[in-house]
Order: sequence, then structure tokens, then C-alpha cells
Amino acid sequence: MNKVYATAFDALSDVKSGSSMLFGGFGLTGIPENAIDVLLAAGINEITCISNEAGIEGFGLGKLVASRAIKKLICSYVGENHLLEALILEGHLSVELVPQGTLAERIRCGGAGIPAFYTPAGVGTEVAEGKELRVFEGKKYLLETALTADYAFIKAWKGDTDGNLIYKGTSQNFNPVMAPAGRITIAEVEELVPAGSLDPN
Amino acid sequence: MKPIEQFAALAHSEDEQKEIIARRLAKEVKDGDYVNLGIGIPTRVSNHIPAEIKVILQSENGLLGIGPLAEPGQEDPDLINASKRAITILPGGSFFSSAESFAMIRGDHVDVTILGGMEVSENGDLANWKIPGKMVKGMGGAMDLVASADKVIVAMLHQSSDGKSKLVASCDLPLTGERCVTRVITNLAVLDINPEGGFILKERASGVSIEQIKAATAGRLLIPDVVPEF
Repeated sequence: MNKVYATAFDALSDVKSGSSMLFGGFGLTGIPENAIDVLLAAGINEITCISNEAGIEGFGLGKLVASRAIKKLICSYVGENHLLEALILEGHLSVELVPQGTLAERIRCGGAGIPAFYTPAGVGTEVAEGKELRVFEGKKYLLETALTADYAFIKAWKGDTDGNLIYKGTSQNFNPVMAPAGRITIAEVEELVPAGSLDPN
Repeated sequence: MKPIEQFAALAHSEDEQKEIIARRLAKEVKDGDYVNLGIGIPTRVSNHIPAEIKVILQSENGLLGIGPLAEPGQEDPDLINASKRAITILPGGSFFSSAESFAMIRGDHVDVTILGGMEVSENGDLANWKIPGKMVKGMGGAMDLVASADKVIVAMLHQSSDGKSKLVASCDLPLTGERCVTRVITNLAVLDINPEGGFILKERASGVSIEQIKAATAGRLLIPDVVPEF
């Protein structure tokens, strides 16, 4: 089985418009920027995008926001992207804002086969609207459901030809959480090594 | 206080006001605490923690043991804090995923959370993520942080730029968390949330009178007999 593609275009050749997609990254680190450039160049649109944030103008997911390729955004933070903020306030793009820890756990559960979980984050706020509230040992919790997607786009430091990945510094962030939650997961790495050369510990 | 000094106290620039808050915030952490600092005024605290105290700073993007900002030219593109600034990691620090980071936060393994605020109500509600129709930033990790930490300290200017009190009877803005704030530290005062409601005035900033604090506070203020300066 060959998991290695010569170019990002080859790896993404069968990605279709209208798909749901997970994108790793936090701030300017750990962003699958080559995959984003291919999606942009291929004119993929109507994307349901799940990511911690939507990038800054001119970088990362900010490029897909600017080209209006994103239909729906599920994220925790949209600050520092004025175009995005304007598109949301004008109603051009639908956004579901999710507390960051809840977002991470929804994706983790998606990849781990757990359909839902209770969390205290968001009790008494807009986030709680329409969700089951339950009390455990005197404290209130919300029922949150798992998230998966058609594709997960991941950025790692090193990867081997069998698809094992190693992350670096704070570029790890959402990447290892998202990798199991995509039906197809496409990773881009800074260094590709033969299987067997990464320490399995 | 001489009139000229009073004038000087009032004439603090916004930056100086924030430094007053940051210096006072540094007294809230003790040796061995694990602390999460939010964006804005809270990040200034790290400059004021005394060298003899070891505080472990957590960054929700997956780092325990935040060091100083990276020197120009020494930035590591794979090492940033939650404010997206290039930082360093201290010896003994570690990296982890976002899911593990929030397991630490939700699991109550972080002792103190210090974050900014737009409004705090007298029953401890916090609003700091959205102004309907005007501004959407998103809540980031704030809702997870305030829902779980035992000690939630809000650091903010006492009034907004147009002079409105940010310490209110009840929040007008969408909430980040309900009944979650334990203490508020502003450029004018330190106030604790009374479990039955109201802001207990614990300390006042140097040169600030109780009358000034009363005039700047919209919510119910509970004033003990003695209110020391900080």
C-alpha cells in the first residue's frame, strides 16, 4: 500500500466541493498550508470547515475565507481576521462558535468512537441553547456531540512512509486530535523518512 | 496627598493603568501554582512574578512552562503562545495536544485562571467574547477555563473607554460563564465577589479614594471599615 504522493495536487486530486474538512493549526503554527493552497487552486468550494480558527488575511484558512470557498465554519475564535468578521456580521458565512476545549474534545471523541460527552464549558451562555443540561455531583454540564469530517488535513514535523507522524512544539495543537477524525486523512510533513526510521516510542 | 500628586495619579496613561493591574495581579500567584494567563493585561503578569517564586504557566495551545518572549532573531516558528507571539519554553516544560491541554483545564489541574473582561456582574458572571452586531471574536478557550478553575481572576480597566462602568449589576453582553469569577482586579481596586451578590471592596489602588471607586462602579459595592491601598 502506497501512502506517499509526489505532490500536494496528487494527494488531493479526488477531494470534492461540498465536503466537510478538519484543518489542524493554531495561530500561525501547525497549519496544512500546502493542502489549503491546492484547495484554493482547484476551486474547491462549499466547504464545511472545522478548525480552531480561520487564519489571518492572506495566510492559512484566511485564503479560503477570502475566496468565499467556505460555506460553514465550526471554530472557537475568529478575531484578527477582519474580512471574516465582516462576512459573519453581514450573514455571508454561517459560523458555529464552539468553546476551544469543547471543540478539541468533540473531535477527539469523533476519532475515538464516542458519540457524545458532558462538559461544564458554556453552561448559562448562548452555547447552552438547545442542549441537554445535566447535573453531576451538584455541578451543571452540557451534552456535546462528537465531530468527524470527510477529510482531515494535518501538518506534522516528520512523517514516515507508513503514515506515522511526529509533531514539533506548539505546532502539535489540534493535529494529532484531528488525524483519527477524518474519513480520509492527508498529512503534510517537513521531512519524509522511510518506515522504521522513527522511534516507535 | 498633595494636589499635584493627585493630578499625577489621575493622569496615568492607559498603559500605566494596565501595569498597575499587572503588578497587583502578580501577588495572586504562589510558589508551585499552575496558572493560565489570558490575552491582554494578564500576559503582562509574567514580568512581575518575583524570581524566588516558581509559577508554571500553561498555554492552552499546548505548552506547560512558558518562558520569556523570544529575542528578535531567535524566534522558533513552532513555538508560540495563545496570543500567537513567539516565546520560549523553560527547562522542565512540555508540549501536548489541544485535547490534553483542555483535559488539564477541565480536570481542574490548573490552579489559577487570569483573564480579561468586558463586563463582570455582582454575582460573578463574566462577559468577554462578543458584542452583538458589532464585534465577534469568539470565546476561544475562555468558557472552558472559567467553567473549571477554582480561582478565576478577571483583570480589566474599571471603566470602558467611554467611561461606562464594567462592574455591573447584571451583564448586558452575552456571557462567557455564570457565577464563575472569584476576584476582579482593576486600575482602581481589588474586589471579591460576595457569594450572596455584590462586589466586596478589598483594596484600592494607591491614591484612589473610595468615593472614586463608588462613582466608577455600577454594581452593588460592599465597603468594609478598612480598605487598604495596594
